[in-house]
Amino acid sequence: MLVQDMEQIFQDKIDREIKIEPKDWMPEAYRKTNLRQISQHAHSEVVGMLPEGNWISRAPSLKRKAILLAKIQDEGGHGLYLYSAAETLGFSRDEMINDLLSGKAKYSSIFNYPSLSWADMGAVGWLVDGAAILNQVMLCRTSYGPYARAMVRICKEESFHQRQGFDALLVLSRGSKEQKAMCQDAINRWWWPSLMMFGPKDSESTNSDQSMKWKIKRKTNDELRQQFVDMIAEQIKTLGMVLPDPALKWNEARKHYDFGAINWEEFWNVVKGNGPCNKQRLAARNKAHDEGDWVREAAKQYAEKKRNRAKEQAA
Amino acid sequence: MSFQIIKHYYGDIPEENSGSGIEKKEVVKTAWPLWEVFIRSKQGLDHKHAGSLHAADAAMAIENARDVYTRRMEGVSIWVVESIYLHASNPDEAESLYEPANDKIYRHPTFYQLPDEVNHM
Ligand SMILES: [Fe+2]
Ligand SMILES: [Fe+2]
Repeated sequence: MLVQDMEQIFQDKIDREIKIEPKDWMPEAYRKTNLRQISQHAHSEVVGMLPEGNWISRAPSLKRKAILLAKIQDEGGHGLYLYSAAETLGFSRDEMINDLLSGKAKYSSIFNYPSLSWADMGAVGWLVDGAAILNQVMLCRTSYGPYARAMVRICKEESFHQRQGFDALLVLSRGSKEQKAMCQDAINRWWWPSLMMFGPKDSESTNSDQSMKWKIKRKTNDELRQQFVDMIAEQIKTLGMVLPDPALKWNEARKHYDFGAINWEEFWNVVKGNGPCNKQRLAARNKAHDEGDWVREAAKQYAEKKRNRAKEQAA
Repeated sequence: MSFQIIKHYYGDIPEENSGSGIEKKEVVKTAWPLWEVFIRSKQGLDHKHAGSLHAADAAMAIENARDVYTRRMEGVSIWVVESIYLHASNPDEAESLYEPANDKIYRHPTFYQLPDEVNHM
């Protein structure tokens, strides 16, 4: 069969909403795009544990500490679901981890910002997880089966993440003058980077359509971003705080909130490795990996020893 | 500004833009095998495929599966099997495998139109 015919059959399946599974034929570019996207998503979950890990030992109460630990453990699990999905596309876990540790692979830029106060744990849960959820809810219907299944599992766990974040901010927003200021400050610092999480404007894209055509993505960056702004602009009223954007305003004609211009230069700078914490994050991952070396080795040796012993007994 | 903007989404950042400055290391092969995990969500139900993970041996696979797949009481029993021992049908042969079942509608109860008095059968 000609490749063109194969591609036609493939596109036909996509159009009929039939999921693509690992053993099915797929265009090389589809495989690569999925592999890159899923592995970067996995790396984002894993690196995303770092800014929050920063506050485990300093959480203000045992309850908050337990919640934070549970949330971070979830993120580690999300990374694992996604690595498994990426592996079905023929790239080993070791190679993926190596690409992350060497700096070759990318992860979401948001995690290259520092978490400076306890209020950041609230802002991260509410804004960063909130933004991620919109993206992930859409991805539950993505065309690659293993990715979609991982997303369904992840989405089940995510809503607790956003709610605990909002809950933490709510307490601060009703607290002392200092606590209120802390709450507002965290929102100020995390708002714009959260908007950048959705990626460049649709109008600045060169190959926007392929991912939509293959139904890897079903909404554009700007659609998701608008959805996020509309959601947060309403929710913040409950906190009695403000978003750091003087241009934010309800537009009756559009039935959406208008918002100000995003600083894309900052975005690209962070992507290119010059964000506030890029080096620190990778160094932390490398350190953790190196220090775990002997554990992995010992487990491997132990499993081998047990196998050999079982063989001897059988003989 | 002269950089080329490529459309990408959260989780899909082009790798050309890498700039961490960390040297590429040798790929260290951990070589822990891959395991498939099956979970019984409730006594009386089948074990259902939940996902996969890497582990050095079966005991570790079960422990990891508990941590990863049953943090919210999703299961009461776990099976793990090394992925290399799974055999699957070939999707290219799907037609010849499953097509013959298509024209045997008499295998379904709805094929039989019975008088109203007994149609609840
Ligand atoms: Fe997550
Ligand atoms: Fe999360």
